[in-house]
Amino acid sequence: MKKILLTLTLVFSASMLFAQQSYPVNGTFDNRPGLFAFTNANIVVSANKTISNGTLLVKGQTIEAVGTGTTVPKGYVVIDLKGKYIYPSLIDAFSSYGVTEPARPTGGFGGRQSIFVSTKKGAYNWNEAIRPETEVRAIFGNDDKKAEELRKIGFGSVNVVNRDGIVRGTSAAVTLSNERENQNIIKGETAANFSFNKGTSKNDYPTSLMGSIALLRQTYYDGEWYGKQQQEYNISLDAFNRQQTLPQIFEVDGWQNILRADKIGKTFGKQYIFKSSGDEYQRIPAIKATGASLIIPIAFTKAFEVEDPAEARNITLTQMKDWELSPTNPAALEKAGIRFAITTTGLEQVRDFWTNLRTAIENGLSEKQALLSTTEIPATMLGISDKVGTLDKGKLANFLITSDKLFNSSNIVFENWVQGKRFVVNRINTTDLRGTYSLNIDGQSPLVLKIAGTGSGNSATIQRSATDSTKINSSFNRNGDWVSMSFSLKNPASEVRLSGYVTNENPLTFKGESVVSNGKSGRWTATFTAANKEEPKKESPKQLAENGTLIYPFTSFGLATAPVQESVLLRNATVWTNEKDGILQNADVLLENGKIKAVGKGLAAGSAKVIDATGKHITPGIIDEHSHIAITGGVNEGAQSNSAEVRVADVVNPEDVNIYRQLAGGVTTSHLLHGSANPIGGQSQLIKLRWGKNAEELKFAGSDGFIKFALGENVKQSNFGSGMRFPVTRMGVEQVFVDDFTRAKEYKKALAAKGSNTRRDLELDALVEILDNQRFITCHSYVQSEINMLIHVADSLGFKINTFTHILEGYKVADKMKAHGIAASTFSDWWAYKMEVAEAIPYNGAIMHNVGITTAFNSDDAEMARRLNQEAGKAVLYGGLPEEEALKLVTLNPARMLHIDSKVGSLKPGKDADVVVWSANPLSIYAKAERTFVDGVAYWDMERDEKVRADQQTEKARIIKKMLDSKNKGGRTQRPAAPAQRIYNCETMEEYAAEYNTLERSHSHE
Amino acid sequence: MNKYIIAAALSLLSVSTFVSTTSYAQANISPAAKQSQAIAITGATIHIGNGTVIENGTLVFDKGKIVSVSAGGGAQSGATEIKANGKHIYPGFIAPITNLGLTEFESVKATLDFNEIGNMNPHIRSLVAYNTDSKVPATLRSNGVLMAQITPQGGTIAGSSSVVQLDAWNWEDAALRADDAMHINWPAIPRSRFGRSTMSEEAMRERRDAALSELEAFFAESKAYAEGKPSVTNPRLAAMKHVFDGTEKLFITADNQKDIVAAVNFAKKHKITPVLVGGDEAHLITDFLKENNITVVVKQPHALPNSVDDDVNMPYKNAAVLANAGVPIVISIDGYWQQRNLPFMAGTVAAWGLDKEKALQAITLNTARALGIDKTAGSLEVGKDATLFISTGDALDMKTINVEQAFIQGRNISLDNLHKQLNKKFSEKYGLKVN
Repeated sequence: MKKILLTLTLVFSASMLFAQQSYPVNGTFDNRPGLFAFTNANIVVSANKTISNGTLLVKGQTIEAVGTGTTVPKGYVVIDLKGKYIYPSLIDAFSSYGVTEPARPTGGFGGRQSIFVSTKKGAYNWNEAIRPETEVRAIFGNDDKKAEELRKIGFGSVNVVNRDGIVRGTSAAVTLSNERENQNIIKGETAANFSFNKGTSKNDYPTSLMGSIALLRQTYYDGEWYGKQQQEYNISLDAFNRQQTLPQIFEVDGWQNILRADKIGKTFGKQYIFKSSGDEYQRIPAIKATGASLIIPIAFTKAFEVEDPAEARNITLTQMKDWELSPTNPAALEKAGIRFAITTTGLEQVRDFWTNLRTAIENGLSEKQALLSTTEIPATMLGISDKVGTLDKGKLANFLITSDKLFNSSNIVFENWVQGKRFVVNRINTTDLRGTYSLNIDGQSPLVLKIAGTGSGNSATIQRSATDSTKINSSFNRNGDWVSMSFSLKNPASEVRLSGYVTNENPLTFKGESVVSNGKSGRWTATFTAANKEEPKKESPKQLAENGTLIYPFTSFGLATAPVQESVLLRNATVWTNEKDGILQNADVLLENGKIKAVGKGLAAGSAKVIDATGKHITPGIIDEHSHIAITGGVNEGAQSNSAEVRVADVVNPEDVNIYRQLAGGVTTSHLLHGSANPIGGQSQLIKLRWGKNAEELKFAGSDGFIKFALGENVKQSNFGSGMRFPVTRMGVEQVFVDDFTRAKEYKKALAAKGSNTRRDLELDALVEILDNQRFITCHSYVQSEINMLIHVADSLGFKINTFTHILEGYKVADKMKAHGIAASTFSDWWAYKMEVAEAIPYNGAIMHNVGITTAFNSDDAEMARRLNQEAGKAVLYGGLPEEEALKLVTLNPARMLHIDSKVGSLKPGKDADVVVWSANPLSIYAKAERTFVDGVAYWDMERDEKVRADQQTEKARIIKKMLDSKNKGGRTQRPAAPAQRIYNCETMEEYAAEYNTLERSHSHE
Repeated sequence: MNKYIIAAALSLLSVSTFVSTTSYAQANISPAAKQSQAIAITGATIHIGNGTVIENGTLVFDKGKIVSVSAGGGAQSGATEIKANGKHIYPGFIAPITNLGLTEFESVKATLDFNEIGNMNPHIRSLVAYNTDSKVPATLRSNGVLMAQITPQGGTIAGSSSVVQLDAWNWEDAALRADDAMHINWPAIPRSRFGRSTMSEEAMRERRDAALSELEAFFAESKAYAEGKPSVTNPRLAAMKHVFDGTEKLFITADNQKDIVAAVNFAKKHKITPVLVGGDEAHLITDFLKENNITVVVKQPHALPNSVDDDVNMPYKNAAVLANAGVPIVISIDGYWQQRNLPFMAGTVAAWGLDKEKALQAITLNTARALGIDKTAGSLEVGKDATLFISTGDALDMKTINVEQAFIQGRNISLDNLHKQLNKKFSEKYGLKVN
């Protein structure tokens, strides 16, 4: 059936040049020689080699010869391509062509169904998101419609990826021919594929980005273990191990995820190729440092509709700048020497490809790089450069015949040959009609006809005479040698319709019938008089677009140049030292080389910049023991009762505006915690709020590792979740700890045994670290019974609890905590928000402090963290703490419990210059942070902030004007919609995968 | 705290089974008896609540009412003297728009009495569910919050709030003004909280438009119902009567500038001057608000900026921007137990650009006006209720507030509460001095 249809579609489709050897034929064979000679063409053999006036010989599906002065042997169909071009056809390294895109679940709240292990039948991996056994070559099928779309824009082959899961299995390279799959697949296994998106997996785990990362990391260890063991048969791990030698392609969203994935790759000796999302221009040096090659989209952000200022307010600076700068991404990568291929994936419509590619070229991408990125580079990446990518002898006859240079806007793709098979996009052999003609119509005075436009002419204008400047537009249709036109003449007014045909080629002459508005018909002729004058090229070297500057981070309050570390003398202030000097009046603080150099009266400034701080208060920077800012992709990996394997370190987000907001509240150090959805949560990360630096640079160097534990309603899932996951009582919570630590001890023993072949378990690794005093616990806790319980479990299993966090009934067991040397990090005055805080009291902090516990106030809240100094002030109100001690609740005491008090927490020479200048007593509601220094760098400066905001307004106004211009020129637009702000706290249970899917959907619609 | 409400709403069914027993200590605190003797507070800094201050003044009240307020002065014959030299007298603070007494624990469904099913609920009245035995009000009194507007939530028309004083045996005792205001949530396109919404912009717009039509129709029908002699009895329509005759105020929650203009114009069509609640973008249209004589109940200043691009301190400054532009403001804070931090909201507004006494006015007299209780409450003026307190320091600042004595309608109320009792109990356990 299929073959019958094919014979009807195109002249050449019946050729069956090289029928599938193994397939029978219904009827008689129609094998054709498939010999073609393309002569007199400009042949772009590769980006580095062009032959003028050359000949290309094709035999069957391969290129037999390419060069100049080639004699065409007999038996070849000769196609004269004088003045035309031949290019290698394009290659897309990342495509879903020919596989069904997995349905992306919309998910959202309540999406979890308590499915703990794979629902897939068979000896596969425990988690469905690990599916390396998926082979595209086994599920690929031609898609004629899509193939035609891609061929029209010049593609000849693509790498097909099944975009589903975290470990996705192998991709396959196929051509876009419409022959059988047996012929079209040119490489069955091109690469192993990865992402952070669990896709259609029904398993709850992972719910977060850090969970995806942990799962992938564990899979590498599982693969290593699998190769050495005999007990288990696992198809997935078997496939995973087998695929290690292939190129590894990792699809990510956003430049930060490139860095995250690259870290995993480096751990396991893998260099991934990244299918990125096109925002790499924001951090080129970091991307370059990965050494990775990229596959980039050219789906640039559409302009926003900004006519209504009330609506335009919803567009963020990031969105605006991204619109302006995302088309510079390819050029920026090229300039940095980063190797990249260009994909059509992500384009709203495949036909936007050329518009967007040309936009990238206007923004600085070289034509040579554009060609490399769509031919040789993807071919090499996929290991198919022996077959495609250039027009060298012996490769597949995959090439384009074009009217012009490929990247010229007037270029027309005439034909796209795939494996020696011709696909016509636009017909070549039509006479070029462009030129000026004398036009004579019965009953009309002589006129001048001008046929112009692209190709062989597709528009016409009429003038009264050659010197008359008034041009009348005419409709113009052409079908082979037939033309038709209609236009309205003035003075005298007359509607004219003409139809006719070419009667003579030299000079070109038309003849035909005319009809004028009075219904009278007659005859007309038009004779070629002159060629069109070369119009001054509108496209002549365009100035590169004027764009704004990059800012770090790429969001509001980002700066083009980072603030620098200075020597500063803060003079004549009230100085809260948190040392035995207490609070000094009229004292100075000297900051030098990122450290506190001196504290005291009348310090010599030396070369330091002097800031008069008369009337101000100076304190150490605020330390938030319990924070969830600056985290991407979820704070809870709540699908299992133990998720000790996940690490907040993997998902630090330096672009979170809450970093800047909290600097404005005097915060300098934040302890980023996993949430409280499960008894054993994830590993936390301590950061300094170094606004504008990247994730690694934010990390507090040399600090001890911590891990979040949790008790009570959240881990019991009293107020959210399905309530299906163990435990659902405080009794069960105890047994989770008992079980996990018992297993951890056994694991530790097994690892230590000689010649151990124990499976590396990242979850238990973290618990072993706790047992070894290498990792420290901060445990979310509320009521006294559970606090007491964990103390007992820790005693009996031999581990220590460093900190109880929240600990709102700590006042009831303060003596026990004190006896065990456990610190407390609590809220100042929260209560009543759930049952377990029915007896939470604001005097809690003061009582624990007075009993002798190291006590802190924390935020667990992006808002409250902005005014922790005032929360400390509440310890004066409730419990009457001396002011000096109250301030320590948010400075020195959290430093102590985080084991960083040798570096921060007080104003002592030699400690880090993390210092805040306040307008008033910091415990007062009237205090404002005027300057916040981290390592001696003023990341927050109230005066500078005002200027930054003013500059941002100017920048936004400039871009809005540009967007309006773009729209007026016909650019596409979208409605303004600000991205939602993502604010996490302990209890945020959001399905990362669902969010990821939404994000991907939205990207594919931009 | 909204997050807990959301969590609770999602788990209504699962939670409800195990909340029946609670065993926390009972705060054994009785409402105070009626004022039996005149009281004169002398030597104090008197913050009137209308923007003015009297230094070293004397305030006399008897039979629950303020008799005199004057500079200087001193002990009065027949009056018990409270020497308050160096101390401050404030009008009792008023918490607007709160579910105080309508909820005890945010995550426990059985204690949630503020959000009724249904979209048009004008017949819902908060007063009858106000729980005077809640442990929360006593914790607010300790910080000077002595009155509150108990307000239902949810739907387009949430129902009627009532104003109560916070020292009462039952809700009848508590009521200062029953059914003071009807509360409307202006239909708007919601800002997505979690990532991008799965609902399309068009779908949300359509839903908003449908809700607006419904609201307009409801107003038209209830107005006709109020004017005519209805053939059927409809308690929902009937409940709107006092909104039209002006005895009940209309509070409308709206944030976006376009929504605010639409909401105010809507009310104007019905000859109502509404009170605007929320008003994130009110600062963009201050002229419009002034022309229409609109009071704005501003959101708590302890909030994050609405947009990534906003001035990081915008939430702190917003109220002052409005007030200094001449728009009357009322300062609020979300939630119920959180209301003990209401004074510090005013303190924040004072820190970020508003005169301190004007900030105070935004939690006293302005609030009383918006709630329609300014004839008897909101300021320390002769003839008004003696609902006030004495603090040793600035009551808008957590560092200095220290409420020593408080009076509601002249009654010398207890300042004890559950938290103080537990503090005492466990401080004693550890041999600590009780602070």
